[in-house]
Amino acid sequence: MARRGGAPEVNAGSMADIAFLLLIFFLVTTTIETDAGLDRMLPPNEPPTDDQVVIKQRNIFEVQISKDGQLLVEDELLPIKDLKQKAIAFLDNGGAANGDPNYCDYCKGKRDPDSSDSPEKAVISLKNDRETKYAVYVTVQNELVAAYNELRNREAKRLGYDMNFSEMEAAYANQETPDETKEKLKIRIKKIQDLFPMKLSEAETNKN
Amino acid sequence: MSKFKKKKDGELPPVSTASLPDIVFMLLFFFMTVTVMKDSEPKVKNELPNATEIKKLEKKDRVVYIYVGQPTEKYQSVYGTEPKIQLNDKFANVSEVGDYVLEEIAKKPEEVQAAITTALKIDKNANMGIVMDIKEQLRKVNALKVNYTTYDGDAFKNLQ
Repeated sequence: MARRGGAPEVNAGSMADIAFLLLIFFLVTTTIETDAGLDRMLPPNEPPTDDQVVIKQRNIFEVQISKDGQLLVEDELLPIKDLKQKAIAFLDNGGAANGDPNYCDYCKGKRDPDSSDSPEKAVISLKNDRETKYAVYVTVQNELVAAYNELRNREAKRLGYDMNFSEMEAAYANQETPDETKEKLKIRIKKIQDLFPMKLSEAETNKN
Repeated sequence: MSKFKKKKDGELPPVSTASLPDIVFMLLFFFMTVTVMKDSEPKVKNELPNATEIKKLEKKDRVVYIYVGQPTEKYQSVYGTEPKIQLNDKFANVSEVGDYVLEEIAKKPEEVQAAITTALKIDKNANMGIVMDIKEQLRKVNALKVNYTTYDGDAFKNLQ
């Protein structure tokens, strides 16, 4: 027997429908996309100093992009797809002789005395024209970063880490990685970065 | 007379749908919290180049965006077809970039202000002149961390 008195119950049957409607609205408007791209550091804007740092010609890897998208590497025309290999050969050269303070014991290059002394000394200089297409510039940047990453991955493997360098960097940037793992990763990343420091100069200064 | 009616055999009890709204609400709240509504309509064409060595921009609260590209058709009659810079929702000159970045950094919470990345969303058909000018501006205001935002893909597709 139904009890009398007391407020009648509100029918909550349509609650689900309302919630579904809202749900579908937010489903449609959601964009769970994260942007990705090439991370670069710009050179700090320091006042010009009188004492110029002189870098030896053999330690500079000169890359010039012309306005029609052609590449001039060390004064020679080079197809962009060969740039990565050429950059690796330069960085990994290790030209300093055994016993020299710059001697690089982990380099696997040709040890050509006319190319870079050690990865630490090697500088890549990138110059471009004002009319160069941005797409070409990004491709060149991508290839140069790829050259560094390949060498760093090799070092990570040589040092016996369970991840390669790119994976370690991704894990370090990931917010879900626990803090103690991050600390460990930070040390390892720093160590590899010191072996192959990224020296990519884009300054418009003239070399001596 | 028995107090409890005996259930008929062979009839399945209906599944209770009383918890359905709860489940739906849970989903609803999830999507409500992750939704980011676009606050500015792009006024420039923004077809990004491809690259493979990319890193994700994980922390969205630490990013300042700068768009560069050809104005869309709607704006071409006023602004021409040369690539322009878009800051928030208006076109800007190169000289305004520095101030804009400083302003955006000042809006962020203090603890992240030192770690701001500037995401450069530049159309692949733009030329480097405008990019170099922007970089020069960023150096002036000491916003040195930049990210050339790209799509994930073969970088050689850019050259076609």
